[in-house]
Amino acid sequence: MKKSVLLGTIAAVGVMAGVASAGTLDDVKANGVLKCGVSTGLVGFAAPDANGNWEGFDVGICRAVAAAVLGDSDAVQFVPLSSKVRFTALSSGEIDMLARNTTWTFSRDVDLGFTFTGVNYYDGQGFMVRKDLGVASATELDGATICITTGTTTELNLADYFRVNGMSYEPVPIETNAEAQQQYLSGACDVFTTDASALAATRATFENPDEHMLLPEIVSKEPLGPLVREGDEPWGDIVRWTLNALITAEELGVTQANVAEMAKGTDNPEINRMLGSEGDLGGMLGLDSDWAVRVIAAGGNYGELFESNIGETSVIGLSRGLNALWTQGGLIYTPPFR
Amino acid sequence: MAMADQPAGKSFRLSMLLYDTRYRSITIQVIMLALFAYGVYWLLGNMYSNLDDLGKKPDFSFLSTPAGYDINQRLIEYTSQSTNGRAWLVGLLNTLLVAFLGCILATIIGVSVGVMRLSKNWIVARLMTVYIEIFRNIPVLIIIVFAMSIFIKFFPQPKAFRGDDATASMYLWDSVALTNRGWYIPKPIFENGSMIVVVTFLLSILGIFIFGKWAKKRQEATGDILPTFWIKLAIFFLPAVVVYFIMGQPIGLEQPELKGFNFKGGIHMRNSLISLWLALSLYTAAFIAEAVRAGIMAIDKGQTEAAAALGLRPKRVMNLVVLPQALRVIIPPLISQYLNLTKNSSLAIAVGYMDLTGTLGGITLNQTGRALESILLLMITYLAISLSISMVMNVYNNSVKLKER
Repeated sequence: MKKSVLLGTIAAVGVMAGVASAGTLDDVKANGVLKCGVSTGLVGFAAPDANGNWEGFDVGICRAVAAAVLGDSDAVQFVPLSSKVRFTALSSGEIDMLARNTTWTFSRDVDLGFTFTGVNYYDGQGFMVRKDLGVASATELDGATICITTGTTTELNLADYFRVNGMSYEPVPIETNAEAQQQYLSGACDVFTTDASALAATRATFENPDEHMLLPEIVSKEPLGPLVREGDEPWGDIVRWTLNALITAEELGVTQANVAEMAKGTDNPEINRMLGSEGDLGGMLGLDSDWAVRVIAAGGNYGELFESNIGETSVIGLSRGLNALWTQGGLIYTPPFR
Repeated sequence: MAMADQPAGKSFRLSMLLYDTRYRSITIQVIMLALFAYGVYWLLGNMYSNLDDLGKKPDFSFLSTPAGYDINQRLIEYTSQSTNGRAWLVGLLNTLLVAFLGCILATIIGVSVGVMRLSKNWIVARLMTVYIEIFRNIPVLIIIVFAMSIFIKFFPQPKAFRGDDATASMYLWDSVALTNRGWYIPKPIFENGSMIVVVTFLLSILGIFIFGKWAKKRQEATGDILPTFWIKLAIFFLPAVVVYFIMGQPIGLEQPELKGFNFKGGIHMRNSLISLWLALSLYTAAFIAEAVRAGIMAIDKGQTEAAAALGLRPKRVMNLVVLPQALRVIIPPLISQYLNLTKNSSLAIAVGYMDLTGTLGGITLNQTGRALESILLLMITYLAISLSISMVMNVYNNSVKLKER
């Protein structure tokens, strides 16, 4: 008896393994909620506020996708993931998409089997130190103790940078940003290194941000963007074009405030195509025609998301820099809605 | 007997496999084994083909590609250009180091606490009970993280040792520095002629064993008891010290010194190692103490009383009568505590100690994305470590267990 139960279970497991791969879009619609992997808490990018509502720049992307697919920007289940477990969570299907300051690299794209759907923040690796350490450049860091979050590209960049410059260092591997803060603030490490944007965000939460400084060196390219599993192109397209809609909206002057008005029809055919008053771009994505209206209404266009979460008026205070639109000398550029 | 009753010449028929009780149980077992083997084969094939569909064929070639990351505590040569396989080895050695240190300390604490818990002194016995109940009932992960945060928060930063208005100072004639990045202790430097000192030292350890056997034989023959402890202590220290000075003090000490950001020189015991080591030891010691207490209490009170009646002092009763018999009861649970400690060391990543789980199961897994392969290797490695510990301890158990003649 026991044995037949065992064999039955084994058979059932085998069958299940065969079935579990329908389209992500259908899964999300069936669940009525988008499972979005985010950081475990990085103010400005993804962190819960005092009431437990997630907010931030990456969270905005999740909410925009949920608005496009489910019509409700709150229909998101935020799954906080450490940098170490994020890829396993995505490839195992625990989450539908990952928006977690993740650097687009060759091996992640090609070998790990993910599809990056664009870049929402052009970043680079920086170093944060206390001002009273008396260090002005990363080249003076020989022998320093450095806190790094494990499982990140910064870990590899750091090793390369110190090796190429013939310097030694003592790495202190850490799981989450919060632990890194604790170790750095208590002086267990001299330097904290990660993406410069995350450093700025972390510094903003310190009691005395002025006692800390970012060193001038940016030692790597870190294009951060949302990603999905490879092999489900329709779903990848939805995430990609949601991001593109946010950026194009800023470029064309469509904002959270005026999107409802513009959706009725404008003189600009690209706005009309994007917002669905002309053509059927939404239908091609497997969505309804005013998907982009909801995307922009959810949290504003790219520029608005940037400004309210990490921009110069927010506590993080990052300037647009490389992340300005291409029309303003930045790198943010999208293919046309046509 | 049944075999003998069979009429000779009656040949074996296939149906006997099913209907003959002599063969039936074997038949059933063979069929079950075949089904089980097929089941395993089928599940593995399923996994393989599903991974293939995902474009992720099991592939172990990542072990020979450069790891790309640095490891702070390495017992063997390792740079970021070494292979992932080498990183695996570094992690393995770190796991073994903390498991080895942990087992020793846990045994020392556990045996002392277990014996003291049975003390007639009320306060000592109660204190030990409190210790056991506290550490046995808190998850070891919490103890590890707690120990780490104490090290980070309450020990001074290296820069506190600097300058004229230093707020912290080194201990033991400026040779030991306790900082929130770990402990720096002097490192022995072996110069020319130091080999002779080391060899002398090893020989004197051998001498202690030989002397012990000789003293025992002498005692059995004559009944005289020598003050063996003091003589052994003298053999332990004197020859090595004498040779050390004859050879002109060839073993020096490299003192840690504050240079740049950190202390340089000496041995750096990182606070991740220390907190993991202490936490695992204190936690496991609580269980070992209970095993020791159980072992001692398992010895009949009559044994103690009989020994006392023969005129043995309480200390000798414990050492000569109770403990040797108690060991038979203590060793089996002790083995499982050693295994627990070793396996619990995989919580190391909580404090950033780069053990097996941190290197192969952590960074390598993450940077190469070879989750399945890494976890498989990880499981096999832990299994091998555990089985080895088990084997060694079982050999020891066989040597102390009751010999039936």
